[in-house]
Amino acid sequence: MSEAAHQHGEPTGFIRKYIFSVDHKVIGLQYIGLGIVAVVIGMILSWLMRLHLGWSTLAIPGLEKLSPTGAPANVMTPEYYLSLMTMHGTLMVFFVLTNVPFAGFGNYFLPIQVGAPDMAFPRMNMMSFWVTFTAFLVLIAAFFVPGGPPLSGWTAYAPLSAVGESSGPGEGLGQTLWGLSIAIFCVAQLLGALNFIATTLDLRTKGMSLARMPFSTWAWFITSVIGLLAFAVLLPACILLVLDRVAGTSFFVPGGLVINDRMQPHTGGSPLLWQHLFWFFGHPEVYIAILPAIGIVSHILPAFLRKPLLGPRVLIGCLAAIGFLSYMVWGHHMFVSGMNPFSAILFSVPTLVITIPATIATLLWIGSVYGARIRFSCASLFCLGFISVFISGGISGFFLAQPSIDTYLHATYFVVAHFHFVMGVAAIFAMFAGIYFWLPKMVGRMMNETLGKIHFWLTFVGVYCIFMPMHYLGLAGNVRRYAAFTDDFLAPLVPVHQFITIAALITGAAQFIFLYNLVWSRFRGPKATENPWQATSLEWSTTSPPPFDNFGGRQLVVHQEPYLYGVEGSAGDYVMQTSPETVEAH
Amino acid sequence: MSDVDITTGMGHAGFMEESPYGIPSGKLAMWCFVISDAVTFSAVLFVYGYLRIGSPDWSTPFKFSPTILNGIVMTFILLTSSLTMLAAVEAAKAGRKSAGFGWLCATALLGALFATLHLFEWGRMIDDGWRLFQNPLGGSVHFGAAFFSITGLHLLHVVGGVCALAVIALGYRRGGYNSIDVEVTGIYWHFVDLVWMFVFPLVYLMNAQ
Repeated sequence: MSEAAHQHGEPTGFIRKYIFSVDHKVIGLQYIGLGIVAVVIGMILSWLMRLHLGWSTLAIPGLEKLSPTGAPANVMTPEYYLSLMTMHGTLMVFFVLTNVPFAGFGNYFLPIQVGAPDMAFPRMNMMSFWVTFTAFLVLIAAFFVPGGPPLSGWTAYAPLSAVGESSGPGEGLGQTLWGLSIAIFCVAQLLGALNFIATTLDLRTKGMSLARMPFSTWAWFITSVIGLLAFAVLLPACILLVLDRVAGTSFFVPGGLVINDRMQPHTGGSPLLWQHLFWFFGHPEVYIAILPAIGIVSHILPAFLRKPLLGPRVLIGCLAAIGFLSYMVWGHHMFVSGMNPFSAILFSVPTLVITIPATIATLLWIGSVYGARIRFSCASLFCLGFISVFISGGISGFFLAQPSIDTYLHATYFVVAHFHFVMGVAAIFAMFAGIYFWLPKMVGRMMNETLGKIHFWLTFVGVYCIFMPMHYLGLAGNVRRYAAFTDDFLAPLVPVHQFITIAALITGAAQFIFLYNLVWSRFRGPKATENPWQATSLEWSTTSPPPFDNFGGRQLVVHQEPYLYGVEGSAGDYVMQTSPETVEAH
Repeated sequence: MSDVDITTGMGHAGFMEESPYGIPSGKLAMWCFVISDAVTFSAVLFVYGYLRIGSPDWSTPFKFSPTILNGIVMTFILLTSSLTMLAAVEAAKAGRKSAGFGWLCATALLGALFATLHLFEWGRMIDDGWRLFQNPLGGSVHFGAAFFSITGLHLLHVVGGVCALAVIALGYRRGGYNSIDVEVTGIYWHFVDLVWMFVFPLVYLMNAQ
């Protein structure tokens, strides 16, 4: 085993150590860093969009520089609004929500939590990051090509995405780059998933039985299995989409289509086919984003509740059930697509069934919090915030799962509010919790708790101010994907949009407190001890930050369940997983 | 393949938990890849079925000679290559190095022969006017799109497999790869063969005149 760790040896050159590194810890940080870059770009794009929605004639200085045709005189065109929306969605879903909780934290902590010196395939691991990075560059390139970024949303619905330039600016090279970028991203995810699965199953240290793995490890493992099957469908779908665009095929374009007075040369394809392929990936993708978040929160919470979560086996069962069911519900994104209404019922039922494991998990968290003497810290606050937004976003899911209600709400801001809460904000809160909890381990310094708590409260109140009113907008019939609201029935809603915009600007600005805290703590924060949170899992049995082979040549042996809090142990009210002492059943 | 060596699952008994499947990591990863790739092929075949059902004017152009006959010969070659692959794995497991090398080379050659016949087949169809976007018989244009993309995806797998077999064969003779690497390559090769067992009836036989 120790030969294994030293097989590669610790590299000394800067490039081998920090750039093309095979060390899973460096790769994890690279994923997190890429995610931070993507989230900043994505957030700035959302600011631009929000400003335009609130004040549609407002000139935003400098916008013309970014795109002379997209924003003449610094006011964005409706098409450019759609471009920004597409890039916002794509960056956030793929490069933030998929990359950070799964690939980022997973790379860093999965091997450590199972007691391994590295991933099963370190070089493949390095490759998967750099392939992801390539996908990122290809996507960003779409900003700078003639026509600008694509208009078709992160879902790239055909035929708009498939017919080429004649359908609008950005539907030329920009959309082709989008298709290529996502195809490349799929390859990276497949490599990553293989690695995670092999590492979890094969590299567990002595005593780390599957039942003793922490929730986070379980979540990363289940997510890898989901990703292995979901990205395998998106990959050919993107390639076929690119073929439609560049090779003249008609997979997704029907015959007789006239766009901008031009008869399209395609015949006989099916736009619905794209939706089936996309959502067969797209719904599991939602869980690829949220399962690691659930795992991270379930891992962090017990350390601050100072007691184990209720029903740990049930919780893992819920994660597996969610993963399994995620493949049966893709049609609930397509209730208004024109597919057979009877199939809507077929997809509605499993969608309602999937709420059962999600609800059980939520009740287990709430039941565990009840009566606990919580240690409030930034990490635990963000965990509690996660539970709050997960519930708020989840409840609207019950409504949207019914085809009859969804038919009214689907194209409105109600859906925007729903998925931002349950997928976006919830996963982001888990990332914040993860960073406040694990940064001491990753860089060896504590974060500033006061700044962190200010950050939490501004963010927590802010996201509710942003997304709660969107439910009312949706119920009032406010259509999504409109660049401005000039219709008579929408004009009275504009003040609500202005309120949301102001909330979004403030909430976004509050994130700079976090970035400042992150940078300040990295260099000036107080030194972290090996186990600052008095937590039990294996990452707290090594130095902060861990050495190259994670445990400095030691071979850990696991003796305990992962979350022995609230018990009499030699270290205090907890017993480490590596502690050989006998613990009485509780 | 030192990455695989780290985690062969052998030799760390006593230090680590047993893998629940008791197989080396490289083999586990290959099985996972095969599962994932099977889903990719399923998606493409689903596209083919979806478009075919939706096209009332679907063409069934293949004559018994030469197309179907050629397909049968290709199927025979690919099946035979699975047999030689099996012999290579057996030889490698028994430590018979030169036999293993020979069988690996035979497998690669059969794969290359398959690819060559396939490319001739493509050439013949292209000469007849088939394109990704064009049907010389006037029926659904999806025929060319489905035919070339499905068989093209499979052909890519065959060509990739032949390259991998060549690398493994040479490395195995020199001692850089061991019998497990040969076996892992074998899993991939049998999978490529298995996919053809779906492609041949669905794309060739179902489109016979």
